[in-house]
Amino acid sequence: MATVLVYIEHAHGKLLKSSLVAVRAAQEAAKKAGGDVTALVLGQGIDAIASEVGGYGVKQVVAIDDARLKDYVADLHARAVAHVAKDKGATFVIAAATAQGKDFFPRVAQQLEAGMASDVTALNDDGTITRPTYAGNVLATVSIETPIKVVTVRTTAFEPAQKAGSAAVEKAALPADATSKMRFVSFNETKSDRPALGDATIVVSGGRGLKSGENFQTYLEPLVDALGAAMGASRAAVDAGFVPNDLQVGQTGKVVAPQLYIAVGISGAIQHLAGMKDSKVIVAINKDADAPIFSVADYGLVADLFKAVPEMTDEVKKLKAS
Amino acid sequence: MKILVPIKRVPDPQTNISVKADGSGIVTDNVKFVINPFCEIALEEALRIKENQGGAEVVLVSIGHKVAQEQLRTGLAMGADRAILVLSETELDPAVTASVLKKLVEQESPDLVLLGKQAIDDDANQTGQILAAMLDWPQATFASKVEFSGDKKEVTVTREVDGGLEQVAFALPGIITSDLRLNEPRYASLPGIMKARKKELKEIPLAELAGDAAPRVKTLKLAPPPKRAAGRKVETVQELVNLLHTEAKLI
Ligand SMILES: Cc1cc2nc3c(=O)[nH]c(=O)nc-3n(C[C@H](O)[C@H](O)[C@H](O)COP(=O)(O)OP(=O)(O)OC[C@H]3O[C@@H](n4cnc5c(N)ncnc54)[C@H](O)[C@@H]3O)c2cc1C
Ligand SMILES: Nc1ncnc2c1ncn2[C@@H]1O[C@H](COP(=O)(O)O)[C@@H](O)[C@H]1O
Repeated sequence: MATVLVYIEHAHGKLLKSSLVAVRAAQEAAKKAGGDVTALVLGQGIDAIASEVGGYGVKQVVAIDDARLKDYVADLHARAVAHVAKDKGATFVIAAATAQGKDFFPRVAQQLEAGMASDVTALNDDGTITRPTYAGNVLATVSIETPIKVVTVRTTAFEPAQKAGSAAVEKAALPADATSKMRFVSFNETKSDRPALGDATIVVSGGRGLKSGENFQTYLEPLVDALGAAMGASRAAVDAGFVPNDLQVGQTGKVVAPQLYIAVGISGAIQHLAGMKDSKVIVAINKDADAPIFSVADYGLVADLFKAVPEMTDEVKKLKAS
Repeated sequence: MKILVPIKRVPDPQTNISVKADGSGIVTDNVKFVINPFCEIALEEALRIKENQGGAEVVLVSIGHKVAQEQLRTGLAMGADRAILVLSETELDPAVTASVLKKLVEQESPDLVLLGKQAIDDDANQTGQILAAMLDWPQATFASKVEFSGDKKEVTVTREVDGGLEQVAFALPGIITSDLRLNEPRYASLPGIMKARKKELKEIPLAELAGDAAPRVKTLKLAPPPKRAAGRKVETVQELVNLLHTEAKLI
């Protein structure tokens, strides 16, 4: 019987939605291989998260509650996942392709001497795996040749797991000699009351066309908030310091696929498109009628954003009030 | 201090990539190749460390076809001290690449290996982390700032992660992978280009370093992604909001 091990990331004592997506991918993998899913939670004081995960249709939850795992460090977290994977005889080890998953899952793969596929968008019936390459311009079909297979899954490519059952939580231990060569120093969180980019049904992103961080506040944010949306940005806007780095959407930033994506003052470079072109409906507002963003937009408005965006904010408010 | 910087030759990020009809690879005719942008950032950081610390050796390595000499020469012109080209006819997976790099680390004993966070062709984002695990070294991926302690034995790295910026510290030797905002790479200067011609560029056949490392992941087929159907232009903001309300039903 194949065991699929899925790593559960959490933050501020909360299960992340991306982890439920990973659970769903693990359930798919288990179904195809004729096995079941074990979820793994690492950290300190994680009882609530471990039992919560047990309610999402997994066979078992393993929890390692250890002061050494309180703060995330790649080497020790990799050691813990590999340790449990070996202990459970897992043949498939899965995490979401979040910053954390991307950071330490290759280490997990190496510790298991396993092949790894990153940012996977499909687990195919024949055992092959599909993943985007070349900024999403190419879809590669790959096969992992090792007995244990490690993958990170793209969070937009799978639905989150549904509530089902309540699996027991098994406590496991980190080997006593396991130490980290790394020291967690600090985390400077970007504070925001808006929904997280990956969780939002509507995303409004701004680009270099906004021209300043102030204009993001004056022009874009009222629209973002009127729509109850998350805010995103192009690399150019982040590089220029208009908005924080974790708002970057694209090949090398976050990949989003909301119901509605509104690109404002963004030209539509392939690296940006790689992060949003699977959105259900795309709107582009740009003053240049030839901007490549229009080639993926369902609705394109050629206009000066400084005029169009405030107008749109008003229209949306009117509509919501009626 | 010695810094090893692995650089990969990749298609220019500005080019349009298309897949060969038989799905065996991408079309490379008329495609310009460059140093992977993240590797260029890694190299720039290595050069700045060298300049700030009043000396360090920066060694480039690329694994690939003989033509990757071009990218190594460019890196030497930017200021790297010498270069190693590991000659390989085939595309390697990150695990084999990392095992070759591990052999070179054993030969060269660098204090730091500075890689790109991701190659923009395979978009794998794995090599640095696998290498760190192979060597049992600490790692700091997605670096946006690198600071050394006074005695240069410890490094503190600011990392671009979900929700903000994280700082992690470790004693050398270790692995760092660069993110976009670590620095802005310099251009090679004319004197730099002249000097680069005389710098050492050593070639080593893959077999000498790869040992029995076999690819763990095989690429079977490439295909273009599905195309989005063309949309339409709207004339006014009112029309746009109306359509989003009545047709798309999203507002
Ligand atoms: C290795 C690498 C990785 C990258 N990764 C990413 C990534 O993850 N995400 C990403 O986004 N980019 C990424 N890029 C950068 C990408 O190539 C583009 O440079 C970037 O997306 C451009 O951002 P932009 O559209 O905001 O700026 P620009 O291309 O400068 O476009 C600005 C747009 O605003 C419009 N505009 C200006 N003023 C107005 C106005 N008043 N009203 C309306 N419209 C206006 C202009 O017509 C123009 O189309 C990457 C590049 C490289 C090399
Ligand atoms: N063939 C190669 N030659 C030299 N360095 C490489 C090669 N492949 C990957 N790398 C290094 O590993 C980084 C990450 O690549 P990847 O894991 O393929 O996304 C790159 O930015 C390079 O620094």
